[in-house]
Amino acid sequence: MITAGANIDQHLIPFLEEVSDPEIPVLSVLDLGVIRQAIEVDGVIKVKLTPTYSGCPAMDVIGDDLKIAFNKIGKKVEVELVLSPAWSTDWISEAGLQKMEAYGIARPLSESADKDVLLGNAKKVICPQCKSTNTQLVSQFGSTACKALFKCDDCLEPFDYFKCLK
Amino acid sequence: MKQNNLYNYILSIADNSLILGQRLGELCGHGPTLETDIAGTNISLDLIGQCRNYYQYAAKVQGEGKTEDDLAFLRLEREYKNVLLVEQPNDHFGYVMGRQYLFDVFHLLFMNDMLNSKDETLAAIAKKGIKEVSYHKRFSGDWVKRLGDGTEESKAKMQEAIDDLWTYTDELFDMTEADKAMVSEGVGVDVSKLKEGYYKEVSQLLAEADLTVPESKYFTRGGKKGIHSEHMGYLLADLQYMQRTYPNMEW
Repeated sequence: MITAGANIDQHLIPFLEEVSDPEIPVLSVLDLGVIRQAIEVDGVIKVKLTPTYSGCPAMDVIGDDLKIAFNKIGKKVEVELVLSPAWSTDWISEAGLQKMEAYGIARPLSESADKDVLLGNAKKVICPQCKSTNTQLVSQFGSTACKALFKCDDCLEPFDYFKCLK
Repeated sequence: MKQNNLYNYILSIADNSLILGQRLGELCGHGPTLETDIAGTNISLDLIGQCRNYYQYAAKVQGEGKTEDDLAFLRLEREYKNVLLVEQPNDHFGYVMGRQYLFDVFHLLFMNDMLNSKDETLAAIAKKGIKEVSYHKRFSGDWVKRLGDGTEESKAKMQEAIDDLWTYTDELFDMTEADKAMVSEGVGVDVSKLKEGYYKEVSQLLAEADLTVPESKYFTRGGKKGIHSEHMGYLLADLQYMQRTYPNMEW
């Protein structure tokens, strides 16, 4: 599935599907919605990449991985980082969200629900292990900039929650 | 001259993020608990990410073929234009949170205004950064409240930290030549206009935290002109060590 608004040549999709987020390897860059453009112009592949967070170190790695993926078939790649429009969790594909949950990361809630749970006012985040909503915030900041740390009060497992960003 | 003002303007914004990011980075692995440690480094990462965007843009505006690393690592102390507040050393945790909160409130007001900049790159950086900075402010503000309204000891330490840091807040609203030039072009933020809202918001939170708003009218300034406190040299020695020792090294 391709994120709305992104301009991607059909024949490049199989290659882009091979490049994954180094922090969440089950997600391809297409699932994540960070590829805003991937077109072939005169044999050169021009990619526009948008960061999830300003300092996300995965972006440099993704840029390198894109070069490796296309160099394999002898194509040159130009990667440009674009900041506007700013990335949103809405750009993660449904398939991506499902893979994320299967991997053990809870999917982002709506903006208002996200605020509630991160302030500890509501229990709405669904535990990816046992599907209970009896979950609580452990830490506003998690293992990467895009996640917060939660724990499930039913199955007692800790897990990551992918914060809503709009 | 016009481009020169823009270049200096971008650097002054970038330096605040770089220096505060470096300060928080120094705490990596030294936070009082795992969660606060991770929070500090996450905030640092956001700030360093923002300043990378600024420095890349400044290098482009300058047009001398320099890179973001040249600007971040190879300038002299007097060439850094960050405010004194962000270079203050890491004292106890309450002090670190106080410093963070006093900057975060300003930072968010600033970015909300920069969103309307006629400069598309600056507006885009602000759009991206606002979400991050509001999250920072929520975290640091919560800790100021928790410590201020906590035990006798935490309250005393938090009050002392705020009293000390307060003297650096007024500088946030000083207008430099580059500021004035960029405001007149619709590119920059008129920071002098943010002052009232800033002190109102901070005073409100301090009241919630059961802390006293400092009455001192004595303020220290100088960072925006490149005149820094003694701490800055030590900070830069750490920050620049790798590039100075191994010039042009890359990861």
